[in-house]
Amino acid sequence: MMDEGKRRRFPTGDLARVAVFAALIAVLGLPGSFNVLGNAVPITLQTLGVMLAGAILGTWRAALAVVVLLVLVIAGLPLLSGGRGGLGVLAGPSAGFLLGWIAGAAVTGWLVERAGRSPSFVQLLVACVVGGIGVVYLFGIPVQAAVTGVSLGNTAWLTMIFLPGDAVKAVLASLVARGTQRAYPDAVPAVHRERLRAGGEH
Amino acid sequence: MNGLNGVYVPGTSPLHRLPAGVKLAGLAVACTVLVLVSSLVVLAGAAVVVAALYALSRVGTAAAWAQVRPVRWLALALFAMQWVFAGLPGAAATTSRVVLVVALAGLVTITTRTSAMMATLERCLRPARFVGLDPFRLSLLLSLTVRSVPVMAALATRVREAQRARGVERSLRAFAVPLVVSALRHADALGEALSARGVDD
Repeated sequence: MMDEGKRRRFPTGDLARVAVFAALIAVLGLPGSFNVLGNAVPITLQTLGVMLAGAILGTWRAALAVVVLLVLVIAGLPLLSGGRGGLGVLAGPSAGFLLGWIAGAAVTGWLVERAGRSPSFVQLLVACVVGGIGVVYLFGIPVQAAVTGVSLGNTAWLTMIFLPGDAVKAVLASLVARGTQRAYPDAVPAVHRERLRAGGEH
Repeated sequence: MNGLNGVYVPGTSPLHRLPAGVKLAGLAVACTVLVLVSSLVVLAGAAVVVAALYALSRVGTAAAWAQVRPVRWLALALFAMQWVFAGLPGAAATTSRVVLVVALAGLVTITTRTSAMMATLERCLRPARFVGLDPFRLSLLLSLTVRSVPVMAALATRVREAQRARGVERSLRAFAVPLVVSALRHADALGEALSARGVDD
């Protein structure tokens, strides 16, 4: 019986989804994987991947996908944007933002799960902004302040440089999640959960 | 995709032969000490020790520089800002502390095989079984992810080519929506293949 319960909580299909999304976040950070304005502004889309993971996988699976990615990065694979990898990323000042990805993906997922069977663009956007920006900054700014010894307020001001870019990414993530969920209803966390509950897993 | 070989630099130095767990524990202790120290003399001593460790590992200056390079601009900005807010000694202490911690962490990465590090991390993640992830599934999850990276990269290339053919090169939606949908299709097919092979049992 115990085994049965465990399986319900984490079926194999979800294992594959988590692995593929962790890989997707990594690929979105590869150089040249996508440039918004020709080649002039190479922005990395990894935070977009984190928001998408939340919006599509739901709370736990999204958090797990980010954890898996970070474990592989710590193990030395160069999966962060710009080919960064290794323990150094956790020692550096941006470590808090990376840890914030875990909670950020989870909160995004939690909010989208509450938006029901067909989350609207606005609902997705709120989830992405709160989880993908608010929560990530909440973790990132204090850690950066602690590592660099710069005051919390000043660090927060410096971080505002990234706000416009992240806001654009939240809008994009919501558009992409909305498009994906229209094309593939099982990409809605609530729908996916219902399907699992109905025993749709094989 | 040869980018996936990691940053490990092969070697036979004592540092390479030390078990990954020992190196990680050592790193944790060293980082704690560095954070607590603020005397410039001690930090200079620590810098000498770190340099000596790099020399001992015989990885070469290029590999060493590659570890510190990502924080170079940050270090400069940090130094300038600290100089304004905390004076020269404070600036030197904070900046060298950040650079030393990054250099030490990089040294552990350079001298430890990715597989050895993954085995150690898997051991550390064993408590994950309390949320329904047994160790076997955890290893499966990690190796599936490593395998999925080149698959997703190929998928991204394919979608981008299709996008170019349709003449919607600049539309992000025309890139990301098909990418995410095919990623999900791939994942769900993979999941079914795994259950068909009895991974659930």
